[in-house]
Amino acid sequence: MDEKKPKRAAVRTPMPEQPADVRRKNFNEVALGYTMEQAMQEAQRCLQCKTPVCQKGCPVEVNIKDFIGFLAKGDIPGAYQKLLETNSLPAVCGRVCPQESQCEKDCILGKKGQPICIGRLERFAADQFAASSACEQVTGKKVCAIVDEKLKVACIGSGPASLTAAGYLAGLGVKVTVFEALHELGGVLVYGIPEFRLPKGIVRREIDGLRTLGVDFVKNYVGGKTVTVQELFDQGYKAIFVGVGAGLPWFLGIPGETLIGVFSSNEYLTRINLGRAYDFPNWDTPIFPAKNVVVFGGGNVAMDSARTALRLGADNVTIAYRRTKQEMPARIEELHHAIEEGVQFELLCAPIAFLGDDKGYLKGIKLQKMCLGEPDASGRCSPVPVEDEYFELICDMAVVAVGTGPNPILLSNTPGLNLNRRGYIQVHDETQETSIKNLYAGGDISTGSATVIAAMGAGRKAAKSIYEQLMQQKKQ
Amino acid sequence: MSNKIVKKRSLIPGSTSELVIDAPHIAAKAKPGNFIILRVWEQGERIPLTIADADAKRGTITIVYLVMGKTTEQLETLKEGDSILDLCGPLGKATHIEKLGTVICVGGGTGIAAMHHIAKGNHMAGNHVVAMVGARSKDLLLFVDELKSFCPEVLVSTDDGTCGVKGFVTDLLKDRLCTEYQISPSELDSVTSSLKDRLASDKGIAEVVAVGPVPMMRAVAQAVKPFGIKTTVSLNSIMVDGMGMCGACRVTVGGVVRFACVDGPEFDGQLVDFNELASRLGAFRSQEKISSEHFHKGGCCSHG
Repeated sequence: MDEKKPKRAAVRTPMPEQPADVRRKNFNEVALGYTMEQAMQEAQRCLQCKTPVCQKGCPVEVNIKDFIGFLAKGDIPGAYQKLLETNSLPAVCGRVCPQESQCEKDCILGKKGQPICIGRLERFAADQFAASSACEQVTGKKVCAIVDEKLKVACIGSGPASLTAAGYLAGLGVKVTVFEALHELGGVLVYGIPEFRLPKGIVRREIDGLRTLGVDFVKNYVGGKTVTVQELFDQGYKAIFVGVGAGLPWFLGIPGETLIGVFSSNEYLTRINLGRAYDFPNWDTPIFPAKNVVVFGGGNVAMDSARTALRLGADNVTIAYRRTKQEMPARIEELHHAIEEGVQFELLCAPIAFLGDDKGYLKGIKLQKMCLGEPDASGRCSPVPVEDEYFELICDMAVVAVGTGPNPILLSNTPGLNLNRRGYIQVHDETQETSIKNLYAGGDISTGSATVIAAMGAGRKAAKSIYEQLMQQKKQ
Repeated sequence: MSNKIVKKRSLIPGSTSELVIDAPHIAAKAKPGNFIILRVWEQGERIPLTIADADAKRGTITIVYLVMGKTTEQLETLKEGDSILDLCGPLGKATHIEKLGTVICVGGGTGIAAMHHIAKGNHMAGNHVVAMVGARSKDLLLFVDELKSFCPEVLVSTDDGTCGVKGFVTDLLKDRLCTEYQISPSELDSVTSSLKDRLASDKGIAEVVAVGPVPMMRAVAQAVKPFGIKTTVSLNSIMVDGMGMCGACRVTVGGVVRFACVDGPEFDGQLVDFNELASRLGAFRSQEKISSEHFHKGGCCSHG
């Protein structure tokens, strides 16, 4: 035994989890979080590189080396403060970021062995830190600027982009009002990501922190309908940030798509997450039980939908995907969790038609076999139909999780707002400003469906520009 | 945003009520054809209801609902002075209203309330509005006096003949159209091409708008078809968010799948797949029953 120095562990400290056979029957969080010992053990694996490359892989450039350095010494407040310098929602990011394709991808430890568990440590620091004030919770600083009621900024939407922008600005003393269209705050964090992956209590804690910091939240207010951008300017808001998400579900455009039992993943997950349909009839929003569920898509939303269907008691849940597991855009961890829990896969096939009975109910799906062809624009091998190779799957529910497009409500009610080729809001690369002066946008509504962290990065960038603009106006 | 109920009126005791709600932010924007989404309590479901009237000056909107499920049963327990927990709107595209001439507005059931708002809009735009309302019996008629206050013609039908003409509202419609276009109803059984041309060129009625149960809207569309008049129907699909996010309200119009919440709720009645609409409206029927029974057993907190 080496008595001088504990040997650096070669492998990642495993994350304690609910066993697969237990968790597939409940909506509690799957990953349970590190203990202090586990966190320190993992943090001590970090090489503390002189020029860390992990940081460059992070869309908001978290100072990973330093926050892990604090954790290695057991200093949670130090780690949290470091995280908050660039990331206002570490408890969320630690759970839902695709670390394996961002920060952890470039970790030097990963070159020869296993990269450090950056996400798990981020989550640990955020979960364990007990802030002494809302300012400290939201910004990591002990004291925030006093809110100047005259410096009014509005955020439309309350998802990760807006919450980040609001937190950044509020910490600097800007009076922020967040307008949310739904009856609950958090955007996709609440209606989209299931409880077992991101408990809603985590989101609520972040929002409560913002509230204490002076951010006002107005629910049931639809940007473009209840209030327009121009009306907000007229009400004295000096700048407006639009972070309304993508939020218009794509369907497959095949026959039978309006049969009862065919859902968009947005509807399916919104009923269950926002409406808590898993606790029907104690909660009023229903979802009907299904025995055989087929989910279309290969992203995180497809995994979330499939794992949700299992938890609601389906006998068979199958993910049907045009390519193979290698090409799936889902996080590897989500894919693994889905496999462990018993989700089945029907790969290299594409839906041709939904089949129904004479009462309009879904009974099955006709699919065509596919094979992999040349790489397409995304770099992944494109699926090519195999001629005359068809088969059917029996199912009473189908969930379509093939992505979303730009929601038209705000866009069509904002004259002068330029959109890009794909129909999303066009923004300036560096400032996030739109074609309308003092109107900023970020997140999925300017990029199309992307990650929580990318939306947060855009929210932060916009908030910085907004603050600079406010300070300039003040001088004049 | 108090969402306070400033006035409650029972239109058909135990079945249909009208609420006037203090919601200045919605009242300022509400146009005929728009709807709202509401939730009655913390664990409630979002349901869409069409705005029956709006008063921007007073800052109120009016909604009319049929007590037909858990949420509307719970809504019915609210009294004047109570507040609606969540109220969101105005949603959906407003009715396209322009000065056209004569417009027939047909309403059935609680759809009469929504139709009233559209009729009023047409009247304000200078159109000659012919209102037609139908119900099973006299006691089940709604908004007749309100419609009479501005419509030059209000025609009423009841299935049992207790008020107005005995029969369906579509009978009224056919009669009125035949009179207007000077043809006998029997001629409609086999429309000759010359008659078809004549009806198409004759611009007696500019538009027929129908709001009500699916069978009624389907029958209205069928009755109007030979006359080639623009037919507008307002659809009451199942919705979750009501703003284009979920697609629960998918409806096939002219072979194309549309979202009733953002593309509608009004569509060309001649192109709507009413069979599909009717079947989709029943998608959650067994859950609706469970929810209602749960409510009656006291499984859910009644509003205090």
